[in-house]
Amino acid sequence: MKVIATYNIKGGVGKTATAVNIAYVAASEGNRVLLWDLDPQAAASFLFRVRPKVKGGGKALIAGKRPVDDAIKATDFDNLDLLPADFTYRNLDLHLDGERKSETRLRSLLTPLRREYDLVVLDCPPSISLLSENVLHAADLLLVPLIPTTLSVRTLDQLTDFIDSFDGKRPRILAFFSMLDRRKRLHREIADELPAKRKDVAAVSIPALSAIERMSLERAPITAAAPRSRAAGYYRELWTEAMNSIIA
Amino acid sequence: MLSVLREFVLVGEPQEPGNNLPQIDDPRFGIATTSKSRTVRRTWLDTFDWRLFRAGLTLELLAGRGTAELVLTGRDGELVATEPTGTGNGSRPIRWPSRLDQLPPGPLRECLAPVVGVRALVPVTRATSVLTELRALNTDEKTIALLAVDRMSVTRSQSPGRRSQHPHARMAVIPLRGYQAQASKLADVLERAPGVAPAVQSPFEAAMAGAGRRPGDYTGKIDVELTGTMPAALALATVLGNLFDTVEVNLAGTIADIDTEFLHDLRVAVRRTRSVLKIAKAVLPASVVGKYRTEFKWLGDLTTPTRDLDVYLLDYPSMAERLVAASAPELEPFGQYLERQRASAHRQLTRGLRSARFTSLASRWRHDLDQIVSAPARKPLTSPFASRRIARAHGLVLDAGAAINTASPPQALHDLRKLGKELRYLLEVFASLHDRAVQWRAVNELKALQDCLGEFQDTDVQIGELRAFATAMMADRSAPATTLLAMGEIAASLAVRQAKARAEFAGRFADFASPRGRARIGALTTAAGNVAGSRS
Repeated sequence: MKVIATYNIKGGVGKTATAVNIAYVAASEGNRVLLWDLDPQAAASFLFRVRPKVKGGGKALIAGKRPVDDAIKATDFDNLDLLPADFTYRNLDLHLDGERKSETRLRSLLTPLRREYDLVVLDCPPSISLLSENVLHAADLLLVPLIPTTLSVRTLDQLTDFIDSFDGKRPRILAFFSMLDRRKRLHREIADELPAKRKDVAAVSIPALSAIERMSLERAPITAAAPRSRAAGYYRELWTEAMNSIIA
Repeated sequence: MLSVLREFVLVGEPQEPGNNLPQIDDPRFGIATTSKSRTVRRTWLDTFDWRLFRAGLTLELLAGRGTAELVLTGRDGELVATEPTGTGNGSRPIRWPSRLDQLPPGPLRECLAPVVGVRALVPVTRATSVLTELRALNTDEKTIALLAVDRMSVTRSQSPGRRSQHPHARMAVIPLRGYQAQASKLADVLERAPGVAPAVQSPFEAAMAGAGRRPGDYTGKIDVELTGTMPAALALATVLGNLFDTVEVNLAGTIADIDTEFLHDLRVAVRRTRSVLKIAKAVLPASVVGKYRTEFKWLGDLTTPTRDLDVYLLDYPSMAERLVAASAPELEPFGQYLERQRASAHRQLTRGLRSARFTSLASRWRHDLDQIVSAPARKPLTSPFASRRIARAHGLVLDAGAAINTASPPQALHDLRKLGKELRYLLEVFASLHDRAVQWRAVNELKALQDCLGEFQDTDVQIGELRAFATAMMADRSAPATTLLAMGEIAASLAVRQAKARAEFAGRFADFASPRGRARIGALTTAAGNVAGSRS
């Protein structure tokens, strides 16, 4: 079982759109996939029409009083299950802090699912917190959406440095440009130059497309609702790069 | 894995997919219809004597567009094993009926082997299903369950050339993970909907009912209900009719050579018929008994060569495995010789079963039995008659067995086995008169003795036959010296088995003839006599 997390300290950069589409594409290729919506805003749960409610809340899950397995819901798509968000996830840091080995608790919670799933996708809330640290320890690959700006690149460097400071298992990083607007010169320059210079930046960029924004109206991944659309094509390419990055 | 929560039968005229679905009058739920459906040809398979059904297993061949799969399920519909068959992987489609060794090796075949044994798998019923999968939605338009609709059409052969289609529509509610509670509420709503009834039959049972059949509708055992106060003539004619049903129902399988057990069951029915005729002299018209004893002896003799060779061939793999000095390949010419002999014997058998003599026997026998049933002799009554015959047969076995000592010739043991068989058949013929537990204990008592006698006689016969085979193979030059040596080794091992059976006989008979053994069979005659006494 591999774990991919979509992560960025900033919000509104396309983490959830990436998580749901990557999860769907992987599942449509026959992988057994679990998407865990860790964000109390519950956007991924909303997109899959699953009510953002976990019995006992995040506290019971983190404390192991309610098995993760019990909270899982099937989506409407084959091979793709969802562990929904819950508003109590806003306090996950507190709950994690109360546990032994608090930085690796999330990884322990995922261990029993190894036989059931080939891939777990973690959709993370925007923050730097104990939860983020747990995600970084649990993931094999971090998919980091970046808006093509100078500051975003700096954020990626900071993240890389932080992960390099880990002892033992470290996730690989695959950043990619998201919400790319080719009408903007700066976007064009950064998106064209950086992938050639850095191995940890994907060749594919996801443009700012209205079809992606409309996902919240359709309440389905664009890769499922419009599999032949340009947007779906970009996400499939991103999945291919992510896979190659995990295998490499 | 998704599992069925509840199943319903959709009552009413089958129409296009989606049209005859139940109306859900509940704002909490909706159904997303689909025009997508797939057609599957379904064939349920079992042995002729329902070994899978009796073991709680169901085997189904599902064939769709370019795919075919064997699916084995358990008593509660749980999946036991599956096996793709004859699709795209270069393997040829399986032709049914089929023996187990013609199925692809794998877990499914391994599961079937101990249950099916030497029997072939035969289609027991067929149907065509149009399968449609609908989605049941909650108020968020999230799928909470799949509704698997199966519109099955069973072809029923009413008479040669006349067929009718029996439609059967059912719907299974399959909850999605995490939505069991909502799906359960939906199932409650569906249960109350007009045109919906809980499914009490499995698809297999529904298909069987549509085809006008009942699972387990064949047994090689005597399947009649006798009463102690009915005239013995009527009882015997009823049993004889049932035995001839067994002969006739196994005829096609014997001629088509589907598996060896068709002939075995046919042959047992003939032997039982001959035993009943032997005791029927005092009850049925002498002219009838005399004539048919001759005819059924002819029929029995007709089946003997093929069955003897079947026994050899069924035992052949273990014979080859048991060889010590010789090797299995050295025995192969013998196996090939047996196969040739068997093919020839089967041709003879088929000619006999298709002959005018057999056809005439069948029609006259049925006619004469009907005559007896319509006006049976009123005396004696069944119960006292059965008691007397069982007591007498029991006495004959005890006397003949007591007379055997270490110096007795093999023929004495053969004769005792024959008497034991007659007693066994009597117990089976009148089984419905007796308490099942008492009957079971009596038959088991006898079986222990008969197994020992059977081993002694079978090995004796096989040694004699081996010599005859060896002589014949020498004559037609089909046996290399190594094969004859291997056959000699088999004969030697048979002689060891025979000697062992002979040594065990005294102990087995002592048990059978002990007061406890006598009491077990005696209990049947006493009980039957009491029933007769209290009712007459």
